[in-house]
Amino acid sequence: MKKVRGLGLGKSYSGKLFVVEGCDGSGKSTQLYLLKRWLEAKGYVVFFTEWNSSVLVKDSTSKAKKKNLLTPTTFSLIHASDFADRYEKLILPHLRAGYIVLCDRYKYTAYARDFARGCDPEWVKNVYEFAVKPTVTFYFQAPLEVSISRILLGRPQLKYHEAGMDMGWSNDPIESFKIFQGKIKNNYDAMIEEEGFTVIDAVGSIEDQQVIVRKIVGEKLARYKAPYIPITG
Amino acid sequence: MEKKLFYGTGLPYLSTKSLPGKLIVIEGPDCSGRSTQIALLKEWLEVKGNAVLDTGLKRSTLVGNVIMEAKKGNILGKTTLSLLYCTDFADQLENKLIPALAAGYIVLADRYIYTLMARDMVRGASKTWLKNLFGFALVPDLIFYLDVDPETLLHRAFSKYGQLDYWESGMDIHLSGDTLESFKKYHELLKMEYEEMTREYGFIVVNGEDGVDKLQMVIRNIINIFLEGK
Repeated sequence: MKKVRGLGLGKSYSGKLFVVEGCDGSGKSTQLYLLKRWLEAKGYVVFFTEWNSSVLVKDSTSKAKKKNLLTPTTFSLIHASDFADRYEKLILPHLRAGYIVLCDRYKYTAYARDFARGCDPEWVKNVYEFAVKPTVTFYFQAPLEVSISRILLGRPQLKYHEAGMDMGWSNDPIESFKIFQGKIKNNYDAMIEEEGFTVIDAVGSIEDQQVIVRKIVGEKLARYKAPYIPITG
Repeated sequence: MEKKLFYGTGLPYLSTKSLPGKLIVIEGPDCSGRSTQIALLKEWLEVKGNAVLDTGLKRSTLVGNVIMEAKKGNILGKTTLSLLYCTDFADQLENKLIPALAAGYIVLADRYIYTLMARDMVRGASKTWLKNLFGFALVPDLIFYLDVDPETLLHRAFSKYGQLDYWESGMDIHLSGDTLESFKKYHELLKMEYEEMTREYGFIVVNGEDGVDKLQMVIRNIINIFLEGK
């Protein structure tokens, strides 16, 4: 049982938390989806959640982004609120009830982006201190050119904040996006050791990557006991 | 000695390093008389020729609505609510307070980080976490704390609203199933947190039980001395 820190409450959890992290276009969502299919086929009940999807905060986040009145600090805090809402309502309760939780992006996404926007790293880490360390954090590492070309191929129009246009690095969205993604990648790379990331080479074939991911997850589940699920109907 | 600009890590990307304005905070629980005092101070300062911005918690447009909506249904986790209030505070600090201070205004803040911290600490938040979280807050020039007995607050709340508010009575933390009982306990706890912070943050404690005029004179005198000393 791992200890959970949250607003001064000592709680422990018996579930498993698997997280995928990496730059846009690193292929991490595909890998997590395949992992989910595999786990479900094995009969596990799996809870999946992704970044920036809390119903509560979503509206104001998108409104604020449209108005472009966010600063690096409010940008950071509004995403932290969104994450905290999902964390308190969904992630932590599922972990405490003993389930397998899959997260497409976790607090490290916030670290990488907020550091790039100029927030103080120690401050950002403190904000997210309530979130437990995952069982495994897979970092899908790809050369910058690879992830950027994957994104630009599928999305001709980059969104304002996605491209980091709010930072004034460049007036050209594509140029700005490249600078932003470069900073994010450097931040991820710098976290590998400190946060104990499991690095997956995201240039390999989808199948090869999935074999590695499943092997590692399988090992972590060797002694995992799924919570009792009553069979109905 | 140069006064510290921020409590903690600050805003590393902020280009303004000096703020010629003055930040004056009025702290105290609900019904302690803050807004009345601020309205009078604003009038007085403007007549004296100072440019004044008065601002308070929960007035920002960024997440104010989310907080309001969520409180209606009581559907937010404690950490989420903390962070939303913090977002709102940061929004006002960066978009209102700092620009006004940079332009030389006297900013009268109707509550500041201390109320947010007191509320969260009563709800079990870690003090270290909160102090680091609000490390981007500017250190005010003066912090007045309106000290009012919980019993007095209770009667003021009745005469002001006609009933006790769920949140202002701390009903979310289940101190008592009875609203009146909960209100008293909750405000005792808040008072303890404010008192704890008095030393740490250098609050100027003023007697919130005094009449409006007397209290105003006390506060004006202190502000006068401060402004003339500069």
